[in-house]
Amino acid sequence: MNVIVSKGLKLAVLMTAAGFIGACSTTPKVAEVTPPPKPVEKPVFADPEPMPAPQARTQAQTTAPVFTPLPDDYVVPGSVEDFNKTAGDRVFFGYDQSSLTSQARDVLRAQANWMNSYPQTIAVIGGHADERGTREYNLSLGEKRASAVKDFLVSQGVDPSRITTVSYGKERPIAGGSTESAWAMNRNGHTAIIAGANS
Amino acid sequence: MRLYLKSLMALFCLCFAGSAHAQLSIDITKSEFDPIRIAVTDFQSDDARTKQIAQDIAGVIRANLERSGLFDVLEPAGFVGTAPDIRYQPTFADWRVIKAQGLVVGRIVRDSDSRLSVEYRLWDVYGESQLEGLRLGTSPDNWRRIAHQISDSIYKRLTGEEGYFDSRIVYIAESGPKINRTKRLSIMDQDGANVKALLTGPGMVLTPRFDRNAQKIAYLSYEGRRPEVYLMDIETGRREKLGAFDGMTTSPRFSPDGRKLVFTQMNRGNSEIYSFDLASRTSTRLTDSPGIDTSPSYSADGKKIVFNSDRGGTPQLYVMNADGKNPKRISFGKGRYTAPVWSPRGDKIAFTKSGGGKFSIGVMNTDGSGERTLSSSYLDEGPTWAPNGRVVLFTREGRGERGLSSVYSVDLTGRNLRKVPTPTGASDPAWSPLLPTRSR
Repeated sequence: MNVIVSKGLKLAVLMTAAGFIGACSTTPKVAEVTPPPKPVEKPVFADPEPMPAPQARTQAQTTAPVFTPLPDDYVVPGSVEDFNKTAGDRVFFGYDQSSLTSQARDVLRAQANWMNSYPQTIAVIGGHADERGTREYNLSLGEKRASAVKDFLVSQGVDPSRITTVSYGKERPIAGGSTESAWAMNRNGHTAIIAGANS
Repeated sequence: MRLYLKSLMALFCLCFAGSAHAQLSIDITKSEFDPIRIAVTDFQSDDARTKQIAQDIAGVIRANLERSGLFDVLEPAGFVGTAPDIRYQPTFADWRVIKAQGLVVGRIVRDSDSRLSVEYRLWDVYGESQLEGLRLGTSPDNWRRIAHQISDSIYKRLTGEEGYFDSRIVYIAESGPKINRTKRLSIMDQDGANVKALLTGPGMVLTPRFDRNAQKIAYLSYEGRRPEVYLMDIETGRREKLGAFDGMTTSPRFSPDGRKLVFTQMNRGNSEIYSFDLASRTSTRLTDSPGIDTSPSYSADGKKIVFNSDRGGTPQLYVMNADGKNPKRISFGKGRYTAPVWSPRGDKIAFTKSGGGKFSIGVMNTDGSGERTLSSSYLDEGPTWAPNGRVVLFTREGRGERGLSSVYSVDLTGRNLRKVPTPTGASDPAWSPLLPTRSR
């Protein structure tokens, strides 16, 4: 465990080598020694506050950890938040289209880079459509979009066994309106890191 | 359900001789006609315990006939004279005063604590003759079904077509705003009564469809590791996955003989149509084109399948043989055609058509000719046929974040558009065949 949260104050334990969360049973076998992610720089902060005592520890630690309060916008490398921030978790499509725009390709290249940096991570791609299509057609369209995303990530070196796809058709809109902008938001492929991320 | 299965129906004509002169009838294939003025009297009862049922049966019959759009159902408050006794010929002159053309009278006889007999007669007021008479046996708690069966008998006698009132609708009960909507598998009678949830788990359920006996349904569920087609026996609640397939499965429909199911299987972005033999549990691929092939529906004789494909660039309707051979495009109008479904009469295909910011429900002949629009709105989709192929139900969803889904009905001439009353939002209706009339 490399995060301890105490009384709402966000703290992180920065250890010399980052651990990883045990992957769930569906993940491919994780190598004994994981390549260390990019070194984490110790954030600089102006007003150190007194350290609250950590909550009971579950594991004996050989090296005394350094507790460092972090700025609010600090993102744990290798976390889902890190993925969303550094790569972006959604790409968008044109009406009734499942081809990737150049913008979408940029986002997916960043997603692939991130997944290549954290090879223990597992992703589910959700394919989504706007409401201007009938239910079954849109389920197929969502599947086309999710597959287009997967294929591109695989072309960028991500192992296909780390990615599954699911179509939600028009059933899971992220924007509720019936406007051009809402429809554009709802035509997307969403990459969810479901296992193997740091937290 | 238990009630329906137990219901035992005895059918025989009550013996009043009908005369042969010009009889009351209506041609429902014409788009312009005068509705038949019909009076339905409260049924009579010889027992205080069945008085309420006697009134309620008449109420359900009136509502059914009124909703069909073919009848002008007269208000009981305006009736002249006393309610006729079913055993005697009515005083026709009393009913001509209020210009009733048809007259329905009935009574309930309590055979035992657990058995009722319900009798009814349909009279031609101007022809002064009996058109129909029935006696139906049932348990008291099954009175609604009896009312629907009498409604079907009246409808059939006056239109020459089978009725559709003794039937049910599976649908998806919806609640919440569009970005957080729950969708639950539900069932109700054709008139919106007896609403019941069939599944209460958290998994989203879509697109339920009946088999030919109205006993089994197939549907798409998100309850498992991935969205897949499931089968459920409505009576027992037993359900199972259709099978283990490589990808997502969607869009199930039973064959008319109940032995097969067609469905869509998705793999690497490619949707193809398969048939599944329910006895041998083997599947056969029927289509082979890149892109989307989905929404298959068997013809009434089981020899053909209409489906949706974007192989020509936009979604259009195609008909192929049931073995997948000889696919031919049948939709050529302006717009995008999806969600086709073959009429149980075999003569028409209903579909959803979109374009110009609107979604419409339409019908066409099975070769694509004679296309007509039945309804149109921001979002009308997913037609399903009444058992007699004369009415369709569909989903209408409103615009905007709080736009609700409702089930609507419209008849084949495009007249008589009505909302089906449901306690929550409702979508994806599937109309059952007429319910079986014998216990099994």
